[in-house]
Amino acid sequence: MYPREFAYVAPATLDEALDALASNPGAKVLAGGQSLMPLMKMRLFSPEMVVDIGRIPGLGAIEDKGDHIAIGALVRHQQTAMDALVAEHAQALAEAAAYTADMQVRMRGTTCGSLAHADVAADQPAGAIALGSTMVAASKNGTREIAAGDFFVDTLTSALNADEILVEIRVPKAGGGSAYDKLGRRGGHSDYAVAGAAAWVRKSNGTVEDARIALTGVGTKPMLAAGSMEAFIGSDGGDVAIAAAADRATEGVTLLEDLYGSEEYKAHLAKVFVARALRGALARA
Amino acid sequence: MTTTTSALGGVIRRKEDPALIRGRGRYVDDIRRHGELAVAFVRSPFAHARINSIDTSAAAAMKGVHAVYTIDDVRHLGPLIAQVPVGKLRPLLADGEVNHAGEAVAMVVADDRYVAQDAAEAVVVDYDPLEAVVELKDAASDRVKVHEDLDSNVLLSWVGHEWWADVIAVDDPRPKIEEAKAREDAVIVELEMVNQRLIPVAIEPRAVVAHWIEGYDKFEVYSSSQIPHALGGAIAKTFGLPSNAVHVRAPEVGGGFGCKLNVYNDEILVCFASKELHRPVRFTETRREAAVSTIQGRGWIATATLVGTPDGEILGYELKGLADMGAYSQNFTVAIPLLGLWVSAGQYDIPAYFEVACVVTNTQTTDAYRGAGRPEALYYIERAIDAYAREIGMDPADVRRKNYWKNDQFPAVNNTGLAIDSGDYETNLDKLLEIADYAGLRQMQADARAEGRYIGIGLSTYLEICGFGPSVLSEIGFGWNNYGLPSSFSGSGLVRVNPDGSVNVIIGTGPSGQGHETTWAQIASSVLGVEIDMIRVSHGDTAESPMGVGTFGSRSAAVDGAATYQAAVKVRDKAAEIAAHLLEAAPEDIRFADGGAHVAGTPGRVVTWAEIADVAYRPHTGPEGLDAGLEAHAIFSPGNATWPFGSHIAVVEVDPDTGDVEFLRYIGVDDCGNVISPMIVDGQVHGGIAQGVGQAMFEEAIYDEAGNLLTGSLIDYPIPTAGDLPSFELSRTVTPTDVNPMGVKGIGEAGTIGSAQTLVNAVVDALAPLGVTHIDMPLRPRRVWQAIQDARRDSDVSA
Amino acid sequence: MTVNGKAVSGSVEPRTLLVHFLREDLLLTGTHVGCESGYCGACTVHVDGVPTKSCMVLAVQADGADVTTIEGLAQNGELHPVQEGFWERHGLQCGFCTPGMIMSAAAILADDDNPTEAEIRHGIEGNLCRCTGYHNIVRSIEYAAAKMRGEEPAPPEWETDLV
Repeated sequence: MYPREFAYVAPATLDEALDALASNPGAKVLAGGQSLMPLMKMRLFSPEMVVDIGRIPGLGAIEDKGDHIAIGALVRHQQTAMDALVAEHAQALAEAAAYTADMQVRMRGTTCGSLAHADVAADQPAGAIALGSTMVAASKNGTREIAAGDFFVDTLTSALNADEILVEIRVPKAGGGSAYDKLGRRGGHSDYAVAGAAAWVRKSNGTVEDARIALTGVGTKPMLAAGSMEAFIGSDGGDVAIAAAADRATEGVTLLEDLYGSEEYKAHLAKVFVARALRGALARA
Repeated sequence: MTTTTSALGGVIRRKEDPALIRGRGRYVDDIRRHGELAVAFVRSPFAHARINSIDTSAAAAMKGVHAVYTIDDVRHLGPLIAQVPVGKLRPLLADGEVNHAGEAVAMVVADDRYVAQDAAEAVVVDYDPLEAVVELKDAASDRVKVHEDLDSNVLLSWVGHEWWADVIAVDDPRPKIEEAKAREDAVIVELEMVNQRLIPVAIEPRAVVAHWIEGYDKFEVYSSSQIPHALGGAIAKTFGLPSNAVHVRAPEVGGGFGCKLNVYNDEILVCFASKELHRPVRFTETRREAAVSTIQGRGWIATATLVGTPDGEILGYELKGLADMGAYSQNFTVAIPLLGLWVSAGQYDIPAYFEVACVVTNTQTTDAYRGAGRPEALYYIERAIDAYAREIGMDPADVRRKNYWKNDQFPAVNNTGLAIDSGDYETNLDKLLEIADYAGLRQMQADARAEGRYIGIGLSTYLEICGFGPSVLSEIGFGWNNYGLPSSFSGSGLVRVNPDGSVNVIIGTGPSGQGHETTWAQIASSVLGVEIDMIRVSHGDTAESPMGVGTFGSRSAAVDGAATYQAAVKVRDKAAEIAAHLLEAAPEDIRFADGGAHVAGTPGRVVTWAEIADVAYRPHTGPEGLDAGLEAHAIFSPGNATWPFGSHIAVVEVDPDTGDVEFLRYIGVDDCGNVISPMIVDGQVHGGIAQGVGQAMFEEAIYDEAGNLLTGSLIDYPIPTAGDLPSFELSRTVTPTDVNPMGVKGIGEAGTIGSAQTLVNAVVDALAPLGVTHIDMPLRPRRVWQAIQDARRDSDVSA
Repeated sequence: MTVNGKAVSGSVEPRTLLVHFLREDLLLTGTHVGCESGYCGACTVHVDGVPTKSCMVLAVQADGADVTTIEGLAQNGELHPVQEGFWERHGLQCGFCTPGMIMSAAAILADDDNPTEAEIRHGIEGNLCRCTGYHNIVRSIEYAAAKMRGEEPAPPEWETDLV
C-alpha cells in the first residue's frame, strides 16, 4: 500500500520526458497509472524515477490521419471505447476498451498504457494486433514503428526499450469489420480475460480476402493465431470455415495455465472465441 | 418519511446514515491520536520454517524508526489468548518457527506507515524452510506434523450424538442408518464435496490504535472489533490489569462477517508498544496483509451419504469429513464445526450422523466467517438431498417437504439433542414456490432445453441456529471466561432517561453495519413512546456498557435486543408510577405515546418525559418511597438459541461452450420470527445472499503445495460486484419464537447459510441432461466446463 | 490543488498517494482505503470531474487539479440526490464503501440521469460492497436518478412487504 521512495518528474514536453528517460535508466513512464500504481504499492515494482507524461499536451487525441487513425498516448480506455472513429474503423479495439476493468479505471487508464504494460490477459492488445496496428515508440533518438504483432514479447514485456515512450498507435483504415469477445474472470465480459480473441475480416465477392485473428489470455503473450488465419483467408467465411479456423486457434501458441484455466481449457476457449470473434467481425465486414 | 415514534415492524430511515453518507463517519483509521506512531510487520515468506536469526539492527537505525520488536521482547506476555484453547495458541510474534505464510515475525514502530514499511523490509530473517502441509487429508495423516509438540495434526473430532455426552444423551444414529442401507429398496447417494476456504474481505481492513497513559495506568484503545469487551478482557488479562483499566471502543466498523470476531496479536502488540514508547501506536492492515493476518473461514472436505426409499423418504444421513483449522487456534477456531453439527440434519426429522475432525495445517488460522459452520453443514445436506431427488426422479421440493419436521412436533429435538424452538417449514416452502411460480419455471426450463439451452433451477431450504446464547452453553465455552469476562453470552441492555427527557440506550453489541442504532431506537421507542430523535444508542464501548458480548452469530436482536426490551419495560413501569402520581391516576391506566404519558381514554392531558424525569431526579416531588433516577439495566440469558429457516430458489443459464454461468433470478422466503425493521432485515438477507453467491461462484483461498497463498489480493480473490448479481426477490413468513419476549430470531447469517447450495443446485440442475452430478465450488467457468467434459467422458465410457 | 471548492496546498513526498494526502494532510477522512490493487473503489473521488480511485493516483499527479470528495458533495447543507437516495433506500450498511460508491454513482448520473438497472450495475463494478449485495444500492441510485429527472421515485420495496 505504501510505495518505495522514487524521484518524480512531470515534464511539460515530450522532449523533456524523453530526456528524463534517456538520462535515468531506472525511470518508468507514468500515464494513467492504473497498471503501474498497484505494482508500486505492493512493492512488486519500484522504479527509481517516475516520469509522469500526464501533463504533456497533444497526446490525448484520436485523430483521422487519412489511411489510419492515430490514438495518442494519453487517450483513456473510455475514449477509445466511445470514439466515433474507433467505432467505425476499429470495432475490435472499441469493444476491448469497453470490456477493460471498471468505470474509474476506464476513465483514467490509457489505451497505450495498457498496451505497453503487456499483460497477457489484457483486452486491448488482442484488438490492436488483429487490426494490424502499428506502435509508434519515441526516444531521444527519434521514433520507430513496431508492428503490433511484434510488440508483445512476453509476460509483462513489450518491445519498448527503457528509454522509449509509446506515443501513439496507428490503426489502419483497412475496411472490413472487426470484433472482440472474451470470457472474463468473473464470467461474461468482466475483469481481465480468462481468454479472448479479436478478429478482423475483409471479404470480397464472397471470399475472405484478408483476415487477422489475435488471442489474449491463452498464451504467454497476446499474439496472432496464425493457424486460424491461414485456414480462414481465402475461405468463404461460412460456418465450416469458421470451425476450421477455430480448430487451429492455438497452433504455435505456448499455452498458459493459470488460476483461471488449465492448458486444455484455454486451448478450448481459444477455439470458442476465435469462432465468436470471427462471427462478430463477419457481421460487420 | 418522517416518524416521531416507531413500533416494532415499522420502518424508519437509519439513524446511522446522516454521518456516513456525508463522509463524516468515524472508523478507527479516521480517529487520530496526537503523536501516534505507525506499525508495520515483517511477515514470513514461508509456510513452515525454523528461524535461525532475526537481525533488526539496520531497521532500528533508520530515520523515523522508534522500535523493532521480536518475540524476545514480548514472550513474557504469553501467547495470544483464545476462548477455546484447543490446539496450538499463536505466539504474539513467531517464536523460533513460523507455521503459515504471512505469520508476523517482527514488528516495526515508526513515524508513519511509509517509513515503517521501509524499515520492515530492512529486517533480515534467516529461515530454514521445513516441509509444509496444506492439503487436509495429507495433514490428517500426520505425514508431516505442523507442531512438533502436538500429538497429532488432528485436534479433535466433533460427533453429532456425543458432542456433549456428559449432559445431553442422544442415541447413536448409526445402527438405524446401517439398517436402512441394508434394505433391498435402499437408494444411496454419496458425494465427496469441498466447502472451500474463504477470505472474509470486510471492505474496511482491520485497524487498531492503543495508548497507554502512565499514571492513569490505563489503555485507551480503538479497534475495528465485533467484540470490544472481549478484546478489553484479553488486554487486561495479558497485562495483569483489572478490566476497567482498559477502555476499548469500536467506533464505526466497516464490515465484520466474523473476521473482526477475534482477538488478534496485533491488537495486543500495539498495546505493548504504546506502553514501552509512551506514544499512541496504530496498526492498519493492508488488503494483502489482511489475507494472511486476518482469520479465514470454511475449509471443509467431507462426504455426505444419504439413504432413502425410492419414494422420497429419507432413512438416514451421514456427514464425515475434515475441517481446516489453519496453524494456530484463536478465538473459537476448533468450535466452528460444532455450529455446523447442530444443524447438520437441516429441517429434517431423520436419523443423522455427523463426524468432522479438526485438522491443523500450515495455513492461516480459520475461525468464524459469516455463518460459521452452518453454511458448511447446510451445503452438504442440501446438496445431498438434491442428488437423492435426482436419483429417484422426484421433484426436489417434494422430497424436502416429505421429510420436514411437522408443525406439531415443535419444539423438535434434533439429532444433536437440541430443541428447535419453532418452525413452519411447509408454509415457508409453499410461499416460495408460489412467488417464484415454480411450475412456470420448470416449464420455462423444459422449453429452453428443447431449444438446446441449459437453464437450471436450484432449490434449497435451510435451518439455522443463532441468537447465542443459551446460558447452558457457557459450560462448553460459549462465554468470554477465558478473557476474564462472564462465562455466558447473555445480552445487556441499559436504558436511561436523562433529566431533559432524552433517552440513552447502551448495549453490549459490536455492530458493523447492522443498523443497531436504528433498531434499538425502535425497540426503546416502541416501549416508551419516546420520539426516535430523542433516543441515542451507543454500543461497542467497554466504559459505557458494563458487559458486552459483541455482535456475531445473529445474536444481537434476539439477546441484547431482548435485554433492552426488558430494561425499557422496567423504565416504563417506573415512569408509569411517576406519571400516575402527576396525573392522579392508577399506574396501570397510564399509556405512553408520542413523547409522553397520558391516562387511558384521556389523551389530551399529557405529561412529557422531561416532566417525568424531573420528578425521578428529584424523588421528593414524586410518590412516596420513589427511588431516584430513571434507568434500568437488564441482562437477558435466553433458555435456547433461536432457529430461523427459509427457502431459496436460484435460476441460472450455463453456456456449455465456456462454462460461463449467467445468474438470472434469485428468490427467497426467509423466516426470522417477528421483524423489528423490515428494511434492515431485508438488507441483511441481501448481503447474506451475496456472500453465499460469492462462495458459490467466485471465491476461494488457494494455497500452493508450499503453503503460499495465491489469492491474497482482490485481483485474484474476486468478490461479487454489482454486475455479477441480479436484484433479489424476497418475501418472508413469520413464525415467532418464545425464546425471547419480542419473538425475534436472527437474520444476519441466514442469507449466507441458504444461498451457496442454492446456486450449486441450480448449475447442476442446468447441466443434469449432460450427466453432471456435482461441481465443487467456486463454480468458476473452468470448473463448470471441466465438469461437462468429465461427464461427457464418463458417458462415453459407459456407452 | 482545489479540494471541495477551496484552494489547498501541502508538501508531500512523490510517493504519497492522493488518498493519503486527502486523509492525513487535509483530514478529509470520508475517502476510505479498502485495498491496494485498485479493485475496491472505496477511495473514489472526482478529479477534474472524473471519478478516480484516489489510491491509484499520486498526490503530485493531482497538483493543480480540482478535487471533490464525499465531504464536498452536499451543497449548502443540501444532500446530493445520491446521498439522499442512499438514506431513503437503505443503500448502506457498514458505510465503509459508501463514500466511494456515492461518488461513482454521482458521476454515472451526471452523465446520464436515466440509466437502466444493467447500466447502473455495470457502472459501479469498480466499487465493491460486502454488506448490501448491491440490491439497495441500485434502488438508491434509481431513487436519485428519478429525483434528478424531477420525477417521483418508485416506492420502497419494504412498505409493500410489511407483515
